[in-house]
Amino acid sequence: MLDVCIIGGGVIGTAISRELSRYQLQVRLVEKNEDVGTETTKANSGIVHGGYDAKHGSLKGFFSAKGNAMYPQLEEELHFGYRQTGSFVVAFNETQEIELDRLLENGTKNGARGLSIISGDEAREMEPHLSKSITKALLCATAGVTSPYELAVALAENAVKNGVEFSFHTEVNGVEKTDDHFVLHTNQGPIEAKIVINAAGLYADRVSAMIGEDNFTITPRQGQYVLLDKDQSFMTDTVIFQAPENGSKGVLVTPTVHHNILVGPNSDYIDEKGDVATTSEVISRIMEAGRKSIDAINTRKVIRSFAGNRATSSKHDFSIGETAVKGFVNVAGIESPGLTSAPAIAVHVADILKEMGVEMVADPNFDPTRKAYQRIAGMSGSELKNLIAEDPAYGRVICRCETISEGEIVDAIHRGLPITSVDAVKRRTRAGMGRCQGGFCAPRVMEIISRETGLSMEEIEKQGKGSYLLTKRTKDALERGGQDA
Amino acid sequence: MLKYELVVVGGGPAGLSAAVEAYEQGVRKILILERDKELGGILNQCIHNGFGLHRFKEELTGPEYSRRYIDMLDETTIEILKETMVLEISETKVVRAISAERGYMEIEAEAIVFSMGCRERTRGAIQLQGDRPSGVFTAGTAQRFINMEGYMPGKRVVILGSGDIGLIMARRMTLEGAKVEAVCELMPYSNGLTRNIVQCLEDYDIPLMLSHTVVKVHGKSRVEGVTIAKVDENLRPIPETFQRIDCDTVLLSVGLIPENEITQNAGIMVDTRTNGPKVGELRQTEMPGVFACGNVVHVHDLVDFVSEEGALSGLGVAKYLKGELETASNFTTANGDGIGYVVPQTVTMSNVDDQVTFYMRVRSVYDRHIVRAYQGDTLVAEKKERKFLPAEMVNFKIKKDVLANLGDGEIRFVVEEV
Repeated sequence: MLDVCIIGGGVIGTAISRELSRYQLQVRLVEKNEDVGTETTKANSGIVHGGYDAKHGSLKGFFSAKGNAMYPQLEEELHFGYRQTGSFVVAFNETQEIELDRLLENGTKNGARGLSIISGDEAREMEPHLSKSITKALLCATAGVTSPYELAVALAENAVKNGVEFSFHTEVNGVEKTDDHFVLHTNQGPIEAKIVINAAGLYADRVSAMIGEDNFTITPRQGQYVLLDKDQSFMTDTVIFQAPENGSKGVLVTPTVHHNILVGPNSDYIDEKGDVATTSEVISRIMEAGRKSIDAINTRKVIRSFAGNRATSSKHDFSIGETAVKGFVNVAGIESPGLTSAPAIAVHVADILKEMGVEMVADPNFDPTRKAYQRIAGMSGSELKNLIAEDPAYGRVICRCETISEGEIVDAIHRGLPITSVDAVKRRTRAGMGRCQGGFCAPRVMEIISRETGLSMEEIEKQGKGSYLLTKRTKDALERGGQDA
Repeated sequence: MLKYELVVVGGGPAGLSAAVEAYEQGVRKILILERDKELGGILNQCIHNGFGLHRFKEELTGPEYSRRYIDMLDETTIEILKETMVLEISETKVVRAISAERGYMEIEAEAIVFSMGCRERTRGAIQLQGDRPSGVFTAGTAQRFINMEGYMPGKRVVILGSGDIGLIMARRMTLEGAKVEAVCELMPYSNGLTRNIVQCLEDYDIPLMLSHTVVKVHGKSRVEGVTIAKVDENLRPIPETFQRIDCDTVLLSVGLIPENEITQNAGIMVDTRTNGPKVGELRQTEMPGVFACGNVVHVHDLVDFVSEEGALSGLGVAKYLKGELETASNFTTANGDGIGYVVPQTVTMSNVDDQVTFYMRVRSVYDRHIVRAYQGDTLVAEKKERKFLPAEMVNFKIKKDVLANLGDGEIRFVVEEV
């Protein structure tokens, strides 16, 4: 019997798993996909917000300001990629300037730090490619960027190190409450746990309804994005938001933690939770809106477009707490600024468990650190010399665009989480993230996965169930001794 | 530190030809750095024939073509390091590279030839929208899977783009038992060589749908189909013509881009028309002692001309090392009406032997037209062809004595009606 079962391996579920791994608890996280961070977590803006935007008094406002302050230490412990870049909310007219004042006031109440309003010229002095028509900007020095999927991976790997079990391809179809525990009915058989934490993201309403708690719904709110080549990083190293106007929040132009430029998102409610298709209408709308902030945004420099869905709750705020069903905790409706809030939410969930009377004994063996990758890109000559002497695999470059070595890929495969897909390697190492988008390296990454895990080339997937890449050997008839002929 | 007279970055057809020619011209201390396990570059996966008609006057497969050069190399003292990745080249021509075997290396080069080739444009670059399942491959990646790894990437295929690799792969996948439903080409003409359209599509009854594009990819996990559409004269999809084709694989053959990251990091500007460095008649770049040839300069359609360009750069290196390469140029070239780009971008007469071959591409299909070279209003030379196609590179040769009659300045190439 588990003490705690967490449903959902997004950034919220993994953050909670890592937080609970500080204690002597038997914890398992179940995830329906092949890896952590494969849905909302992998496709969002990747911003660590300053905490000024979410309304004061809301859980969003409280947790985002608190979560923001936790990132520097988390990065030091887990090395997932985080940079404090600062952010601007830019205004183009007087109406929007009033919005800046409102945000400043709201942020101060939330406890956001590093806020000030600056002139358009001052903003352009810091980011020279900003549009001339920007009149004022709200500067938030504590805002930053992170790599959300690498954060989820880092949290999960650290949780594994500290004793949390992860079950992938495990989908919860029903939850049964007995006298003193729960039975989760999954496609992999029943799981028993004293406490269930519902961090199922877009599907949190369905999971909650399984126990009769159906007082909210989660509607997918789509965000499409365009990613630009690294050689466009000159445009900005500050996150650029647009001040809201007529109910529209505008689009953002932001550096990613790896120095690409990201433009987006839209914000449209859609019907299907799993629908992450992009459309040319929305993509051109985003590009046009982005050019209001920085007119140098160049369509020819696009390397990828993608979409993700935010888990927007009918309650329009986070829902965090034990439900009327004792022992069943919802962590639902975690949309933006959910990524920023994740570390603070995780601590809060641990507190909730304490209040529920769970015996929380600190684990003396808890190790908060995760080894950083030895990334050869940008290493000095002597660093490369030593590293390759130690392990020659670091001298074999697999991904040319991002300069990723075989050593890094092998390391990623052996960090405690099962690797079955090319995208899992891509999210961890960046192999395939560059301008050729895996054209050259995908076959070689597959060979390495096959060699290291024993999966056949046909079994290796792009991104989970059914996303096979290869169908069969070309000469299988010959290999069978020509029996078909 | 290792020291060489010439370091060649990339052991594909361009680099091999450059090294062999430099050797023949007397350069002795030459090193080729190749990132892959074998020399030959992309030729290794091009197992079809049709290579070498100009260069060797016979039809070879890709590996046979590169074998010819590797055999020539074996007769020399040229050194080769395989599985070696060049990270960076400094302004003082120090090459930083790594390999598993040798670790980190710094190599001092008197001259450098860039011959890194090109890469394929991807789904992101052409802004193909819809779902993002597995089963969308660039044609070259599919070619590698089939011809080098021995695996089929799918069973039912739609190909977007009629570049040569796409056409070759239509035939290749058909021969391996896949069904190629259609090849869609955005433009009203094909971007592949005519012989490939005949031998790879027509011979196998594969429809070539001109002025058509893929507007959407369907499928959550693996490709389940695509929506294709006819496009109007502004290349915009016409909604009434949307049509779904079921398939499990989409191959993209939508253009190639020279790989110039190392070039740009070395501080050499890239020409936005070719996406390669600007070069002179012997493929010298703006950085003294640095040369570039093959698809890293501009995308070729025949390997024979890649080799030709490689040889030019090899000759240039030899001249440079002897101190005989003149640097001040006499002419710059310009692309006038109908011409997309011209290579070389500069010409220095004293480096020219007998004639200069100007490579260029036309922007559209031109029937009964002629390409003319002008200086100001003066007609310098003209090039006749039955038909000019964007898919087929124009080789416009002008004799040295013709050029010698001109004053220094710009030579402009234009397409004109006959």
